[in-house]
Amino acid sequence: MRARNLSVEVGRRAAPAWPAGAPRALLWAAGVASLLAFPYAADTFGWDFYLSLATKAAVLALAASGLNLVLGYGGLVSFGHATYFGLGAYAVAVLSREGVQAAWVVWPAAVALCTLAALAVGAVSLRTRGLYFIMITLAFAQMVYYGVISFKRYGGQDGLRAPRTDLGFPLTDAGVYYLSLLLLAACLFLLWRVVHSPFGRALQAARDNELRAASVGFPVYPVQLYAFVLSGAITGLAGVLMAHHTQYVSPSMLSWPQSGHLMFMVILGGVGRFWGGVVGAVALVLLEEVFHSATVHWQLFVGLVLLAVALFATRGLSGLLEGRRW
Amino acid sequence: MKRTALCALLLGVVLSLVPWQARSQARTLRIGFVSTLSGGGAALGVDVLDGFNLALRHLGNRLGGLPVEVLTADDQQNPEVARSAVERLIRRDRADLLTGIIFSNVLLAVGDLVFGSGIFYISPNAGPSEYAGEQCNLHFINVAWQNDNLHEAMGHYAQLKRYETAFILAPNYPAGRDALTGFKRFYKGQVVSEVYTRLGQLDYSAEIAQIRAARPRAVYAFYPGAMGVNFIKQYAEAGLMQQVPLLLPGFSADADVIRAVGKAMVGVYNSSHWALELFNPINRRFVEDFRRTYNRIPALYASQGYDAALAMDHGLRAVGGDLSRKAEFRNAILSGFDSTRGRVRFNRNGYPIQNYYLRQVVESANGEVVNRLVGTIFRNHGDAYVSRCRLR
Amino acid sequence: MAGGLLLEQLLNGLQFGLMLFLLSAGLTLVLGVMDVVNLAHGSLYMLGAYVAATVAGATGSFWAGVAAGVVATAAVGLGVEATVLRRVYARDHLTQVLATFALILVFNEGARMVWGPQALLLSVPPELSRPVAILPNLTYSAYRLVVLGVGVGLAALLFLVIHRTRLGMWVRAGASNRAMARALGVPIRRVFALVFALSAALSAVAGALLGPILAVQVGMGEEILILAFVVIVIGGIGSVKGSLVGALLVGVVDTAGRAFLPSLFAQLMSPEAASNLGPALASVLIYLLMAVVLFVRPQGLFPVRA
Repeated sequence: MRARNLSVEVGRRAAPAWPAGAPRALLWAAGVASLLAFPYAADTFGWDFYLSLATKAAVLALAASGLNLVLGYGGLVSFGHATYFGLGAYAVAVLSREGVQAAWVVWPAAVALCTLAALAVGAVSLRTRGLYFIMITLAFAQMVYYGVISFKRYGGQDGLRAPRTDLGFPLTDAGVYYLSLLLLAACLFLLWRVVHSPFGRALQAARDNELRAASVGFPVYPVQLYAFVLSGAITGLAGVLMAHHTQYVSPSMLSWPQSGHLMFMVILGGVGRFWGGVVGAVALVLLEEVFHSATVHWQLFVGLVLLAVALFATRGLSGLLEGRRW
Repeated sequence: MKRTALCALLLGVVLSLVPWQARSQARTLRIGFVSTLSGGGAALGVDVLDGFNLALRHLGNRLGGLPVEVLTADDQQNPEVARSAVERLIRRDRADLLTGIIFSNVLLAVGDLVFGSGIFYISPNAGPSEYAGEQCNLHFINVAWQNDNLHEAMGHYAQLKRYETAFILAPNYPAGRDALTGFKRFYKGQVVSEVYTRLGQLDYSAEIAQIRAARPRAVYAFYPGAMGVNFIKQYAEAGLMQQVPLLLPGFSADADVIRAVGKAMVGVYNSSHWALELFNPINRRFVEDFRRTYNRIPALYASQGYDAALAMDHGLRAVGGDLSRKAEFRNAILSGFDSTRGRVRFNRNGYPIQNYYLRQVVESANGEVVNRLVGTIFRNHGDAYVSRCRLR
Repeated sequence: MAGGLLLEQLLNGLQFGLMLFLLSAGLTLVLGVMDVVNLAHGSLYMLGAYVAATVAGATGSFWAGVAAGVVATAAVGLGVEATVLRRVYARDHLTQVLATFALILVFNEGARMVWGPQALLLSVPPELSRPVAILPNLTYSAYRLVVLGVGVGLAALLFLVIHRTRLGMWVRAGASNRAMARALGVPIRRVFALVFALSAALSAVAGALLGPILAVQVGMGEEILILAFVVIVIGGIGSVKGSLVGALLVGVVDTAGRAFLPSLFAQLMSPEAASNLGPALASVLIYLLMAVVLFVRPQGLFPVRA
């Protein structure tokens, strides 16, 4: 097993550039090009529904990637990430209700709000471990949820309209799509740098063995707290994008099923795998859409597929996609 | 190998999603019907849907002369589920008209999307104050009522009965708050307590104990669907039915609730814009055929679904099936159409001006528990928000 | 009269708390002994209620319905344990979460296919659907009193089983140190199956008894599942005593919050602010309770593992 893996690895590196490297680069280029060209195709063929679906997938991919930082790389199961997702979205709607439309004010304010919220929740929750950590993050999420729905001015249970912010030019559906892709790419780049930095290694060391990590001198608590805050901020940014996509925010974006949904995306895609969040989000959105358009009992089939993944794909879908290389 | 197979599978999935075939161009009217068809509010959605389908059958499956295809979707009483369902109906299935939503918070989540796409929404139920006032919209018509109306009627009734004190309850969501505001708009006695419970709460023991302790002269409760069934059952089980009169809006006291609660409800007064025995040919045909077809007594929701189809038919006839003649379509409906309540006229905000009736739950001679019409509370009553609507 | 109200609300809180206990006792055992996070616990609760409602409707006897619900759910529980859970015992919690979440989707959609999307009606048996006088000036629902009694009885029975039988001994051993228990010859496989069936049966009792008070519908399991998790975290994972204390605490605090907070707030601030803040804080109260307990005792009130 091991030898074969090694040979594959060596073979890949040693092979001449054209047969191995170039198709990969070509594949990437083709992928990026088709993503960029998609809105034009959608416009030409009347696929606007699928453009919206793609935007949703990109936004959820961003949120799930943010969650994957704590869930996968930190081993900290946050059952309250809907808080940041929802707060980011609500910040857009609430500021617009109060007359603030400029994107350069709204966006930083929304992300700052999520950062602060994650800092407060993380600082308290990181005292606990395991299931207790899961439940305390849930507790804070529920408090925020009930807190937000008690503001009648901001719609309560009804939710609130969220007009798109003012970037200096009118933001179309295709614009939101490009914006989501751009920010997804930027955040993935940031996350890549983070998880491969000494900080990221410390985070993973603490996940694998906290005692050992602490005893070799890693400042476990601050490292985990930074990761939690960064994760909250990224998920919050995804919330901002979601508000721009749907132009409406609802308290269900803050609710625990939303937290669960994000979590399932990460688990489905592959916990602690770099592409786990992206793969999981895209797969779940596609899965739901395929079965939804085929049958009313689509949840049954989504459930069966998830069950199969849980039982047979040990490392999530991205584990499958990567083949046996690791 | 495995990876290639997976990628191929993924690609196949994506390709299978794309609507490769061009839509057939036959002039079929596509009606998107988004409603609450599962969970605690399902009885409401199913009633509206059954009423709507019955009207279509009576109209020969045509509206304004065009053959009709109804695309139904369940919103699970969840605004986000509703939003993606509506998006699917508008952008993928190209629906021409939308209807069906029960709950105001669900409607408010999709309103902008629908109106922004230039599609008419004919509401059979949800009538939020937002769309009656500042946010009133050319594309919105409600054939039933404004949310506050039935509560206003019951508030007026409580005032006429001179109940000195009242204990009032509703779920903690904007339509619940509007309901109690509507009640208080006409009830001038003392409100001893105004309680808002969690939306979807089903055990009311704590609230019922409070009512018992407060000893009010009357209780007014707005609980639609399963919440209403549970509240009333528990109110009766606690033995309060005989001690403090329970006043209800028609939403919480119609056939769906009566079926679930049973004889314990006999004697309860409630308000409605429609009643089984309203005397006009449309209503008689509706009630008789509904009972025969679905083997149950229609609730007010069913009449609203039926009326939504009649309103669409009326409007479409006026424009010869051409929905791009928006102003004419709207004006045709607003100037009045014949419904299960006789001819209904509308305000400029798209909400009806109509009579509101008092009904009482009684046990009929054959042992059936039904609502009986006992009087009229308001005549030609509009809503409180129309002055803020800037349309027309 | 204020005393009467207080007593009535206390009974309401205890009744709700005992039902929560039936749910959370099973959950805490499965988690403590088997180390499995079972999100599908709420689905078993739902299944119990559905079967009870169906059988009660067909036979006309409420108690026959309850019995059928318990038996059927325990059987389904055994089936689920053998087919799905057994495969994820050795896996990490997140895999278990995904697998049991998938089970929720399957169960919910299955219930919708079998019983339809509308809520089912499960009525209080007629002989219990009237109020009884428990004090000269205080009447209370007879059915709720029975539920209270059944809850107390089952709790006592469960404690007897845990503390006085061999199975109970194995369960306690498994909860405090799984590897040691296995090494000492506890038949882990059989114990796991039994514990799972027991927890399924207990949740079915709760589902069937709460059916007439709440509603038998798809999704009824998820809302209460969260509360059950709150309870076991407050009590300490794996501790049946802890889950009893936690359940009663949650039941009483939740009821008290709904009953007294809004009127308390109304005296402190403007009616408008009170009517906004009161219900919100009442809903948050149990989570606040949990956060405080975890802040003071990060392992819950009755930690099991050393």
